[in-house]
Amino acid sequence: METPLSALDLVLTGDPALFAIVRLSLLVSLSAVAIAALIGIPLGALIALTRFHGREAVIVLLNALMGLPPVVAGLVIFLLLSRSGPLGALGWLFTPQAMIIAQVLLVTPIIAALTRQTIEDLWIEYRDELTAMNIGPLGRVLTLIRDARFSLVTILLAGFGRAAAEVGAIIIVGGNIDGFTRTMTTAIALETSKGDLPLAIGLGGILIAIVVIVNALAWAVRRTGEAIAG
Amino acid sequence: MRSPDSELPIAFEDVSMSAGGVTILDHVSLTIEAGAPTAIIGPNGSGKTTLLRAAMGLIAPTQGRITYGGRTDVAPIKRALVFQRPVMLRRSVAGNLRYALRAASVPRAQHDARIADLLTLVGLATMADRPARRLSGGEQQRLALARALARDPAVLLLDEPTASLDPAASKNIEDLIRAVGARGIKVVMTTHDLGAARRLAGDVVLIHRGRVVERAATDAFFHSPQTGEAKTFIAGDLLI
Amino acid sequence: MYSTRHFLLTLAGFIALAPLSLSSAPALAQDKSIVVASTTSTQDSGLFGHILPLFKQKTGIDVKVVAQGTGQALDTARRGDADVVFVHAKSAEQKFLNEGFGVKRYPVMYNDFVLIGPKSDPAGIKGGKDIVKALTTIKEKAAPFISRGDRSGTHVAELNLWKVAGIDIAKEKESKQLGPWYRDIGQGMGAALNTASASNAYVLSDRGTWLSFKNRGDLGIVVEGDKRLFNQYGVMLVNPAKHATVKKDLGQQFIDWLISPEGQKAIADYKINGEQLFYPNAGDPNA
Repeated sequence: METPLSALDLVLTGDPALFAIVRLSLLVSLSAVAIAALIGIPLGALIALTRFHGREAVIVLLNALMGLPPVVAGLVIFLLLSRSGPLGALGWLFTPQAMIIAQVLLVTPIIAALTRQTIEDLWIEYRDELTAMNIGPLGRVLTLIRDARFSLVTILLAGFGRAAAEVGAIIIVGGNIDGFTRTMTTAIALETSKGDLPLAIGLGGILIAIVVIVNALAWAVRRTGEAIAG
Repeated sequence: MRSPDSELPIAFEDVSMSAGGVTILDHVSLTIEAGAPTAIIGPNGSGKTTLLRAAMGLIAPTQGRITYGGRTDVAPIKRALVFQRPVMLRRSVAGNLRYALRAASVPRAQHDARIADLLTLVGLATMADRPARRLSGGEQQRLALARALARDPAVLLLDEPTASLDPAASKNIEDLIRAVGARGIKVVMTTHDLGAARRLAGDVVLIHRGRVVERAATDAFFHSPQTGEAKTFIAGDLLI
Repeated sequence: MYSTRHFLLTLAGFIALAPLSLSSAPALAQDKSIVVASTTSTQDSGLFGHILPLFKQKTGIDVKVVAQGTGQALDTARRGDADVVFVHAKSAEQKFLNEGFGVKRYPVMYNDFVLIGPKSDPAGIKGGKDIVKALTTIKEKAAPFISRGDRSGTHVAELNLWKVAGIDIAKEKESKQLGPWYRDIGQGMGAALNTASASNAYVLSDRGTWLSFKNRGDLGIVVEGDKRLFNQYGVMLVNPAKHATVKKDLGQQFIDWLISPEGQKAIADYKINGEQLFYPNAGDPNA
């Protein structure tokens, strides 16, 4: 009978399969967060700083999408990327790219919605000063994003947490293929279904440890930055 | 040093301003000339701050127009405004100044020297690397002044510059305003504080209920006020 | 113009990671690899972990296994998302062929289903050889029974066995006559075993998954050895005429290897605790 410690054994003995899984998990989730940030931060800032017809509806929709069920995101991407779907020619189903895309779909609303809130709050504070300094629209956006950057780090972490923890989307579009699209979470799902609960728990512990380490690093960055910039 | 020609005089020509059905400025005609500081005084809610914001160009008149050196199309590049409660950007003290210098398109090569000058002027030279938001109220007010000066303005608009400061900090700011005026920068300031107006201003404008009630050189205003409102206000009675 | 350097630097760190994965994956896709839609039983039993490295060693072909229920695996292939299907429900496979999605079906191996149940044996059927009688008793006693409910090969086999016992599960469900003893979970074999273990229920499992299953709790085999519990696996190349993207040469190479003496021996050699899980029978034309 395996014990949770057997997962620790895998770490200590440098099991290459485990490291491949950890590496893929981080690669998929960090890539998804990076892409989602490139979309979500400007989108959130744009919504924060502009007034247009239907803006309230967009904000409500964005906030609601923060709770998008991963399986739904997975299903949508699955149907898009399937050979019989509109983007089937890419041949991306059951690849890490598909997993990244599905997670981008999950994480972008979180980053956009939280960025919108953060930037809007800061804009209310900065509006008069920036207007008095005759800062143009682009300058405003860049200033607000820059000065909110430590809050944005926390937002990116929230996105990363969502990506790293989810299994519903990536197991559908990735297929949980051994050595190719198997991540921490899909491996945990598999080991659970094989009845190897101790190994599943052990892997869960490793996943939690990784998430804690990433958060601790970001926290340190934030604290140091705030001490310098206020 | 600079040519204030393009900014001065600032002329309010029959300017009215209303928001949500409330009239804030009521047919104001006022010309602000180069020279010693102009103090705009009046009770709370009289329209002082609105007048200042309109002079800055932050809000457009509902009626009438404001001209700068006879023109209306002057971009607010040579004007700077320090708000009553200035907001410090989430940067260091020097970072706040650097930001203002960039916004004013000052060549990067001059930044360090300008920052050093400005910090020395406002007495914050030792705090360049401190987070601006951790400064005391008086220090923030001084940094805001330095930030406004970074724009190298011809006109410096100050909204209640000493309102929430203790006497020592107020004195500090008053000294600075004098130094700024001595550099040839036209200062326009709103204030509650008649003492400050008396000490600093060359001329005084009394606003009441959105109208210019009296306008005179400082000595004349305080020694021989012409209107009942001015007499009441100078006497320290409530002007309602 | 404005200070964005720091922010951009922070972002750059994240972005730098993105191309890594995006560039490495297409590179892999260009490698010799095929996607095989197969069943949870073949994966969860560990069979693929045993035979695929041997195949890769010989041919250099990477086999990416997407493990699903048989019905879902066939659907994946119908959409063109797999090159080969390797499943265990002959009637469903025949239908797949008739629709023109498969080229040809090759029998590969068999094992058998076993009826798993709790030690307490509430239906009193332990040690029997007659699966039909056992199922009838379970229904009579309304003993808890877990069904995969996911159109998998095992689910199809289970429904067929109920039918032989004169019980039409689908019909009874429709008319709401089916009692709460029959629990349809819509999940894989492992999940069904976990559920049975947690709720002291009976469950039909393929022997391979059962042998490699680790969370048995009080579960044990109650009925085995009935010839109606026979479980045949077949393999098919997805029809390139339906989906031009099918890697027909590499896929056929995999099929040919599976049914070759070498592949058949590799299957026979896979054992857990000395017990053989699958019996090769590629040579049996009726399988």
